[in-house]
Amino acid sequence: MIVTAILAGLVLGGTYALIAMGLTLQYGIARIMNLAYGDMIITAAFLAFALYSGAGINPLIGLAIAAPAGFILGYAVYALMMHPLVARAKDRVSLETDSILATFGLLFVIQGVLFVIFGGNYTSYSYLNVPVTILGTNIAANRLLAFVLAVVIGGLLYLALTRTRWGTALRAVAVSPSSAALVGIDVDRQARFAFALGGALAACGGVVISMYQTFTAASGVVFTMKALIVVIMGGVGNVLGALSAGLILGLVETFVATYLDPGLTLAATYLIFLVILLWRPSGLFGRSAR
Amino acid sequence: MNAKAIAAWGIAAAVLVALAFAPSYLGPYGIGLMIGIAGYVTLATAWALFSGPTRYVSLATVAFFGIGAYTVAVLSESLPYPLVLLAAAAIGLVVALVVGLSTLRLAGVYFVIFTFGLAELIRQLVTWYEVNVTGTLGRYIFLDLGPEDIYWQLLALAAVTLLLAWWIGRSRIGLALKVIGDDEVVAAHCGIDIARVKLALFALSAVIITLVGAIQAPRWTYVEPAIVFNPTISFLTLIMALLGGANRLWGPLLGAVPLFLLFEWLSANFPNHYSIILGLLFIAIVFVLPKGVLAFTEKLWKRGRAR
Amino acid sequence: MTLFKRRHVLQTLGLGLATLAACGLTVASAEDRKSVRIGYAVSKTGPNAGGAGITTIPNYVLWVKDVNDAGGLELPDGSKLPIEVVEYDDRSSAEEVVRAVERLATQDKVDFMLVPWGTGFNLAVAPLFDRFGYPQLAVSAVTDKAPEFVKRWKKSFWLLGGGHDYARALAAVLVEANKAGTINNKVAMISIADGFGIDLVTAARPAFKEAGLEVAYDKTYPIGTSDFTPLINEAKASGADTFVAFSYPPDTFALTQQSQVTAFNPKVLYLGVGTGFPVYFKNNGENATGIMSLGGIDPNNQENAAYRKRHEEVTGQGPDYWGSVITYASLQMLQEAIKRKGLDREAVSEELSTGTFNTVLGETKLEDNQLRQLWWTGQWQNGQFVGVAPANRPGASKVVLPRQPWKAQ
Repeated sequence: MIVTAILAGLVLGGTYALIAMGLTLQYGIARIMNLAYGDMIITAAFLAFALYSGAGINPLIGLAIAAPAGFILGYAVYALMMHPLVARAKDRVSLETDSILATFGLLFVIQGVLFVIFGGNYTSYSYLNVPVTILGTNIAANRLLAFVLAVVIGGLLYLALTRTRWGTALRAVAVSPSSAALVGIDVDRQARFAFALGGALAACGGVVISMYQTFTAASGVVFTMKALIVVIMGGVGNVLGALSAGLILGLVETFVATYLDPGLTLAATYLIFLVILLWRPSGLFGRSAR
Repeated sequence: MNAKAIAAWGIAAAVLVALAFAPSYLGPYGIGLMIGIAGYVTLATAWALFSGPTRYVSLATVAFFGIGAYTVAVLSESLPYPLVLLAAAAIGLVVALVVGLSTLRLAGVYFVIFTFGLAELIRQLVTWYEVNVTGTLGRYIFLDLGPEDIYWQLLALAAVTLLLAWWIGRSRIGLALKVIGDDEVVAAHCGIDIARVKLALFALSAVIITLVGAIQAPRWTYVEPAIVFNPTISFLTLIMALLGGANRLWGPLLGAVPLFLLFEWLSANFPNHYSIILGLLFIAIVFVLPKGVLAFTEKLWKRGRAR
Repeated sequence: MTLFKRRHVLQTLGLGLATLAACGLTVASAEDRKSVRIGYAVSKTGPNAGGAGITTIPNYVLWVKDVNDAGGLELPDGSKLPIEVVEYDDRSSAEEVVRAVERLATQDKVDFMLVPWGTGFNLAVAPLFDRFGYPQLAVSAVTDKAPEFVKRWKKSFWLLGGGHDYARALAAVLVEANKAGTINNKVAMISIADGFGIDLVTAARPAFKEAGLEVAYDKTYPIGTSDFTPLINEAKASGADTFVAFSYPPDTFALTQQSQVTAFNPKVLYLGVGTGFPVYFKNNGENATGIMSLGGIDPNNQENAAYRKRHEEVTGQGPDYWGSVITYASLQMLQEAIKRKGLDREAVSEELSTGTFNTVLGETKLEDNQLRQLWWTGQWQNGQFVGVAPANRPGASKVVLPRQPWKAQ
């Protein structure tokens, strides 16, 4: 029983981690509090659904289409919408306010467009819903895919950020954009890239999630909030933090559901989140100063 | 008090009286609109009361709003109405104090997300309690209150809130808040008890928001967590206050009234493209006012005063 | 000061207060009318849009098209007037739906109002329908308190039954199967922590107990739960042959998928809202066979079959097997009542309450302002979700148990 619970929790946590990593890049490095993040996930989910049910294209191939599309969308959004805001922002607070307002608008636009195209209905299809047996426990292949993807992407990103020059530049931008510019880093370019990369990750998350979760044009907010919680818990801009926080959240939910009461899973999520915030206000892996 | 101040008070009083008689010259729909406006003006002003000077962006609005509405739903059958409102205010106060004591040390976006999490946590706990302890989820409110009664209560609350905001702005505590908002370290050095001031303001703002929820609840007849803990309320309040300018006395009002009417107009005329238009408008607002929304309001404010 | 400021800001923002005022003034003058105004506010966006988008909105669209294609609504004198629709989006907010209904009644002065989606929203607008004198044909509202509401709001009609009806019918089916030796008397039951789930589970507990069934597992989960593995495992471990979930569509779909993965094969599988959606069969194919839920249809009712076909042609999607057909039938009742009594809302309400109507459900008559001829339990059989209880109702299909184990897809 306990093995089952741990495995189920890890797999669920994989989904959370997967959707959170893009946001942690966007918010941590590009400094954009992207409230439309979840809607980018849902857009990718609809894309995968349309490709699968309309053109019979396998969602795994859909993944290969959606990820670059997400990258381009993120790139465009940053270049067209966010760059002017960043350029004119006097300090971090005014950028935060501006980006919250602007992406709040973007959220409505994306949602509205999805409603017009796909309507408000529950959308679902099933793909790779086959059991994979691990340690005597059956796990759905599609959920396992989300977990594996989260771990692989998280690991690669972590290595890229800590072991490469490029990653160091990105981290420098995250820590202090003004100082980064002084040492010859093109801050705007790095931020744009980080934001676009976040878009690509959101798209990956969306495609994978669409294989097993029912979604509507309105479900974006749910994902934004879940991702935000994971990001904050893990420490803003910290990929490994997001990965661990996502897994912890999944484990907590599964354990509460198994041993306490399924009715309290979400309450427990928020409780854990609040406790971590109070105990370590900058997140589990966050820097102590903001 | 100089002549200008007396005139301003006179105008304010006259407007209040005119608004109080609104039900006699507005139809039921007009009153519905006015209820919405009064509600959001109060919410935005109360929100700005705390968040404006401290720059703590709170998304806990709906937590308190929902607490208010739920209290009415639970107690409306067993207590006389004024006592129900008092009870709601008291519960809001207690929750605000507990929350405030534990959270006001968080800063920036952590506070934002914390308050959002809080709203969700309270919603989950209420749901769980209702499901497991009382065994029903929806609750009915059969109070004999017409829209006019709700409107008058909200109007009075809005007036009181504005008055409080005005008074705080002029008092020592308001000055202290301005210092805190500018620089907490300086404030601490000036001998300001930051924690106490922030807590007091947070609690006051929360109590007012709780009352808005309590007063509006009878309008829906049926109350369930999904209805009263609708996170949109937090977001709209925030956007309205930010749009109008959270640091000005009339700022939230200036944000709430036009935005509310805009929402209404859009949803009446573009039911199918509402959110696209709304979204584009939001983006446009952020861009067309390149110096930020606050500065624009400032300009507006000055122009309005010059007339 | 306030009023002055408001106008000023409006002008500055270029929103056109004039337009706003104009909306208020262009309300139809009643003399020589060219159309009948039908208004509704429904959740086109927000969390409720998923439900409204399948059960409510397509049927409103279909009905208006059907009526207008036939020349319009027929009045007692035989003349026909086309329907003019005034529609609003309540954005899944209670305050919004209340105000939209006020707007419909007093600004747009519509002749009749159709109802919003959901139990909570139907209750939120019930006092307004009552105050403004509109009949309220509440379809997507499951409530045991309908008799009470009918007393409170005389012109309200409740068409989808209450939790007790569904629970008792299910208990009867289970007892029957238990007596036949098909299943043991243990039931594992989960429910969503929302109005629907709680209503049904609180009704199911006593109904099962009365029927001599033992509830071996009984838990509630919050809205937004995406992983049901822990619950399924617990239910599996409880040794119950029957698994009942009073769930919402996302959960219903997830439960189906995850039960397959975990090879959870209860002999009776009863799931909540969403089981009767056409997409459910599309996604699960043969594996849907034997799964039970609320609602159903009589597969031999030609009218209903024709309706389903037309629904798909006009709206591009099939109707669900529970609320959709009732929604359409309620509109037909309204149409027929208008034909008999004209646009007098009082008389139409009276007619709805006492008259007998021919609808896609067959001959339909309300009892105490409630529709009682409903399929309380249905089951997927041969690609259709057919009504199995009440078993003595004409057109009932025979329940087939136990359901087959999952097949690999």
